[in-house]
Amino acid sequence: MRPFCRPSAFWALWRLGAKMDVGVVNLRRMVTSTKSMAAGTAVKPMTADAAEELAAREFANVVESHRPQIFRFLLASLRDVDLAETLTQECFLKAHRNWRHFRGDSSAMTWLMRIAINLQKDHWRNRRLQFWRHTQANAVSVDEASDWLPNGERSAEQQILAREQVAQVWKAVERLSARQRTVFLLRYVEERELNYIARATGLSEGTVKAHLSRALGRVRAELRGTR
Amino acid sequence: MSGRNRLAEEIDDPIVAGALKHFKASVDAWSEAAYKQPRTVVKTVRHTWRLAATWALGCMLAAGSLAGTLYEHHVRQESARIEATKAAIRAAQQKTAVEHRTAEQPVAVTSAGKQQPTAVKRAASENEDLLATVDSDVSRQVPAAMEPLAQMMESNGTN
Repeated sequence: MRPFCRPSAFWALWRLGAKMDVGVVNLRRMVTSTKSMAAGTAVKPMTADAAEELAAREFANVVESHRPQIFRFLLASLRDVDLAETLTQECFLKAHRNWRHFRGDSSAMTWLMRIAINLQKDHWRNRRLQFWRHTQANAVSVDEASDWLPNGERSAEQQILAREQVAQVWKAVERLSARQRTVFLLRYVEERELNYIARATGLSEGTVKAHLSRALGRVRAELRGTR
Repeated sequence: MSGRNRLAEEIDDPIVAGALKHFKASVDAWSEAAYKQPRTVVKTVRHTWRLAATWALGCMLAAGSLAGTLYEHHVRQESARIEATKAAIRAAQQKTAVEHRTAEQPVAVTSAGKQQPTAVKRAASENEDLLATVDSDVSRQVPAAMEPLAQMMESNGTN
């Protein structure tokens, strides 16, 4: 198993960066305080340290709330726990570095998902060139991935049937193109709206629909055994 | 309307809808389990003494090979110098010998003309002396019983 060396590095960087960065929110707060001062209300001006602390806290909240979703998306895309973990950390590291440039036009989740999709694209590109064997060795097989099912209150037969279906979906997902897979996973695993998927992938809604339709067709064919 | 309802509307095939539901549940379960598992951070211990030993060995090898090369070069230079000196001495000796020979040659030529006949004469006289001594010795050593035979030979010789 590959050792997790990155979490500690990530948090160390984050802590270091938190001391140096002044986030968007801090600036917003400072602007607000300046405005209220102009309006005549007595508001204490925020010190640099306090602003930094606030930005750090806000980013920590973002990490805490969105990390599981980013990890889940990357895990479904790559079928590799270690790699998904590494790319999740890289995603948040990138986000932290660019936190001051985040203008809040879209939600933080959309922005993070966009970073994750780009990282995943880079990974596939790199994998094709040099890390192919290594990644192939670490990725979990379709059968192994389909073993994961919540116990629920189902009978053994139902569980077997569900497992078979999951394996078939995994097989279909494996054969999809990278873009189709991303769109499919965002829609049916993350349960995102089409406009969200369009924003996260940088595609138009029409293209997203087309990719989704093709992906669904493949899944349907796999389930019917007609491919 | 929730996302799940829209999803159900979008897919009219119950088998596909069910499969996708199971798929999502499976991914969620896997992701949750993987996310919650404790992370192990492996601290890599660097053996500084190993690094130092490697460097020292490397440096020693490099220095040794350099010193060997220099020594070999020096030995070759030295032997070449000795050879050159020897060759120079030999040449000088040959030159001296040639000069000496050319200086002595006229004297040898002039004296050889005079000395050669005397040497020949001396050798001839020496031979004669030797023969005479042998004759006298032989004649002295002839026993008395052989005297008549000796006389006979002498008389034959005279006849």
